[in-house]
Amino acid sequence: MSSQHVKRVDLIFEKIECRDVLKKIVDMEPDAICQELLESDLKGRGGAGFPTGLKWCFTASEKDPVKYIVCNADEGEPGTFKDREILDLVPGKVFCGMAIAGKAIGAKMGYVYLRGEYKFLIPKLNEELKKFHQTMDEFNQNFRIQIRLGSGAYICGEESALFESIEGKRGEPRNKPPYPTKSGLFGKPTVINNVETLVHSVMIMKYGASHFKELGTKDSRGSKVFSISGDTPKAGIYELELGMTVDEFVNDFGDGDTKAVQVGGASGFCVPRKKFEETIIGFEGVPTGGSMKLFNSTRSMYNVLHNYLDFFTEESCGQCTPCRVGCQQLLKGVEAVKRGEKNSKYLDELVKLAKTMKRASKCGLGQSVGNAFGSIVENFKEEIIY
Amino acid sequence: MVNLSINGMLVKVPEGTTILDAAKKMNFRIPTLCHHDDLCVAGNCRVCVVEQLGAKSLVAACASPVSEGMQILTNSLKVRSARKHIIELLLSEHNADCTKCYKNGMCELQNLSNEFAVGDHIFIDLNTIKDYTIDRFSPSIQKDDSKCIRCQRCVRTCEQLQGVNALTVAFKGDHQRITTFEDLSMAEVICTNCGQCINRCPTGALVERTYLDEVWDVILDPTKHVVVQTAPAVRVGLGEELGLEAGSRVTGQMVSALKRLGFDSVLDTDFTADLTIMEEGTELLTRLKKALVDKDPEVALPMTTSCSPGWVKFIEHTFPEYLPNVSTCKSPQQMFGALAKTYYAQVRKLDPKDVVSVSIMPCTAKKYEADRPEMRSSGFKDVDYVLTTRELARMIKQAGVDFNKLKEDKYDSIMGVSSGAAVIFGATGGVMEAALRTAYEIVTGREVPFEGLNITPVRGMEGVRQASVMIEDCKEEWSFLNGVELKCAVAHGLVNARKLMNGVKSGDIEAHFIEVMACPDGCLGGGGQPIPTNEEIRRKRTEAIYAEDMSMEIRKSHENPEIIGIYREFLGEPLGHKSHELLHTHYTKRVRY
Ligand code: SF4
Ligand code: SF4
Ligand code: SF4
Ligand code: SF4
Ligand code: FES
Repeated sequence: MSSQHVKRVDLIFEKIECRDVLKKIVDMEPDAICQELLESDLKGRGGAGFPTGLKWCFTASEKDPVKYIVCNADEGEPGTFKDREILDLVPGKVFCGMAIAGKAIGAKMGYVYLRGEYKFLIPKLNEELKKFHQTMDEFNQNFRIQIRLGSGAYICGEESALFESIEGKRGEPRNKPPYPTKSGLFGKPTVINNVETLVHSVMIMKYGASHFKELGTKDSRGSKVFSISGDTPKAGIYELELGMTVDEFVNDFGDGDTKAVQVGGASGFCVPRKKFEETIIGFEGVPTGGSMKLFNSTRSMYNVLHNYLDFFTEESCGQCTPCRVGCQQLLKGVEAVKRGEKNSKYLDELVKLAKTMKRASKCGLGQSVGNAFGSIVENFKEEIIY
Repeated sequence: MVNLSINGMLVKVPEGTTILDAAKKMNFRIPTLCHHDDLCVAGNCRVCVVEQLGAKSLVAACASPVSEGMQILTNSLKVRSARKHIIELLLSEHNADCTKCYKNGMCELQNLSNEFAVGDHIFIDLNTIKDYTIDRFSPSIQKDDSKCIRCQRCVRTCEQLQGVNALTVAFKGDHQRITTFEDLSMAEVICTNCGQCINRCPTGALVERTYLDEVWDVILDPTKHVVVQTAPAVRVGLGEELGLEAGSRVTGQMVSALKRLGFDSVLDTDFTADLTIMEEGTELLTRLKKALVDKDPEVALPMTTSCSPGWVKFIEHTFPEYLPNVSTCKSPQQMFGALAKTYYAQVRKLDPKDVVSVSIMPCTAKKYEADRPEMRSSGFKDVDYVLTTRELARMIKQAGVDFNKLKEDKYDSIMGVSSGAAVIFGATGGVMEAALRTAYEIVTGREVPFEGLNITPVRGMEGVRQASVMIEDCKEEWSFLNGVELKCAVAHGLVNARKLMNGVKSGDIEAHFIEVMACPDGCLGGGGQPIPTNEEIRRKRTEAIYAEDMSMEIRKSHENPEIIGIYREFLGEPLGHKSHELLHTHYTKRVRY
């Protein structure tokens, strides 16, 4: 095992004077901002990893005079709490990121969609927002931000369901295309980024794309904030350089008895010990929105899987068949296998079903249920059966 | 234009076309469930998934627009296995007890499982875990969640076509369900009983409350004299349910079949449609007189029609401030019922308590209407049982009558003669047209100035239509109408009715007379009509209605000899004392949820 340590970084939480960044932006051409972002290779930190610069460029090129920028602060993935920390410690940087995006695409209005459970942050955010709006006025920038509170449905973190929710409708994902860059909030071209992505954009504008690119790998540039939990003596929030292997990660954060790491929360992948060394944490390996959960040998992977399936069965919006019914079948299916009512072959049927869910579900939720399912069933089959 | 290939065959279609429609053009049928031609795209059942070469996941054909160079496979290995899985999943959550289901043999889910031969269905039965009860409180609509596949067609219907929003999606995940405000029964909420959701529900989850057995019982009871009336739109719909083309006119065969079923007298709602024109036309003229001559500020104009019970219930819930504007006339169905137990019983020397009145309607709201407490002016329930077009077809099948071989027959008398004006009640704008044919002639002594009596400006499929007729050279007693431009507006589908009423409220729409039909394209698109329905089918039914009108000897209500007769022998005059007692009614303000 390698003894190399994972590199700690301090970009996201670095206290900076947002005013200075904003001042710089005011005089920039929108196109130059988009180009700088493109140049940086920044990929969305929500997990899907879409190039942020591309998203901004697409939206900027839309002709509609009304556009929006939305900050996705609906952090609902089990095991993540890093956006809360960012919003708590450096809220100004989040607003600043929205203003940069706003300038880049030509939006005058931004929304922060805040997870319902983070209601307690609102007074602090409002205070910071007041300062932010003053700065905007000072710089003659016609850009305003409003905060909207979610009501605790996991699916509202999905961008189109989030739009529906802001619009006052039931939080159900929409059909794609059209994509938000063309038709997002209120049917207008919209950039939606998660909290961390927006803060990265601030740092890129401050230090330049080349500086950002010095960190990470070719496929996964920069650093990333991780929420680390489970069987670890160092649970908490850490900003780390991307591109480490799971092995390196476990060396730093494990308790010596780690048998698996769930990378990316419920919708992510479970990496077993035998694959620690070959698995890179990043877009070339296992992508993650930031949740890292460690399991040691005392954990029953059946229980872990059961928990995840329980979660999805409840949190699926329920509109599409593969996800709504598929989740229930996976859950009831593993229960039946465990009880011996179905033989172990039935697990193969369920793996096939999970594949269908991945291919045929309407949104990322249903499409990702198979990740945890497949990786746990494949690597811990005996624990599921016996 | 966009070029793409479907199963290797090249095709060019206009931009914005869905993969589903492009495939249809190539004669590749892609199965669907949540999709309906009348409704917006949902893309949620996922039965229509197809493979797009190069794409990570399968795409929903109904919800995906074509793009240049796209290569689509509608029947690849991936597609087949996903589709089969999806159907199996739906069935695993479904109370698939087909032999005991009302929709047996006419169900889209059943057809699909048949096509995909899902006999070896592997998944765990989830339906038994859930605790469903069937909502049978509404006299019109029966809702059984255990048959629901959550396609949301009903929700979209109620919202987009009807603007009622009685149904909604609630809860998430495994608890997701289609429900009402606070989960109240369909009888307690704002539902208008229009049945449009039934017409679009692909399964047996939403069906009409059926009264087939009750009707068979009275027919087979020798002490009862059972009178049946058939609504205008039934004659252009029934054929579809019995295997004929959409738009087949089957009036004569239908009468013949009804006689074979054992009804004692087969009569026509069209008769009371003509009567409605007499009463409602007179009511309109009276209101106009009060407004224009007497300058009575109390008089409520515009006057709206009252023959569509879905519309009446809608206005009771939604625009109660306009209840005085609704014509006090009962609907033709109810007028018929009231007369069946008075005039008809009297002429036929029957004890009204032995007369049972049954009506065949294209409408589910008529079941509710017949149950209204105020509809008992004869001292008995005006109409005892209402059957839909679909239920009648079922009776015909049950009785073993080979419909297509029947010879045409004629309605019985009395209350069996009608005019072309009455027939067009079945189409949107028809009541308006019929009323104008009569009112104009009463007032001026001349026929309406339209070619062949066809008042085309009120016809058509636009949601809200406006027209006007200039009134000149009146007869002396109507001279106050000289130079008045009689303004009319027509709406069909309640979402349009709401638009129209909002227009009236804001002053944007000026009218003296308003016709509203709750269902898209009027009664011929009623909630009790054959399923499936779509614009094409409704257009064919519309054509059939107007053809029927043209084929009639009498085309104006006031020229119907039986109408003349009933006023002479029984009612006296329109809006007279007896009419008032039997043929008119009042309305009730209702809650808004
Ligand atoms: S995949 Fe799941 S969450 Fe997404 S639309 Fe379908 S049911 Fe809803
Ligand atoms: S709804 Fe259709 S599939 Fe379900 S039981 Fe009825 S007929 Fe069968
Ligand atoms: S019957 Fe009509 S009003 Fe009632 S739920 Fe169905 S569509 Fe809506
Ligand atoms: S009731 Fe019928 S139309 Fe409505 S969601 Fe269920 S199956 Fe679909
Ligand atoms: S028919 Fe296309 S998703 Fe339902």
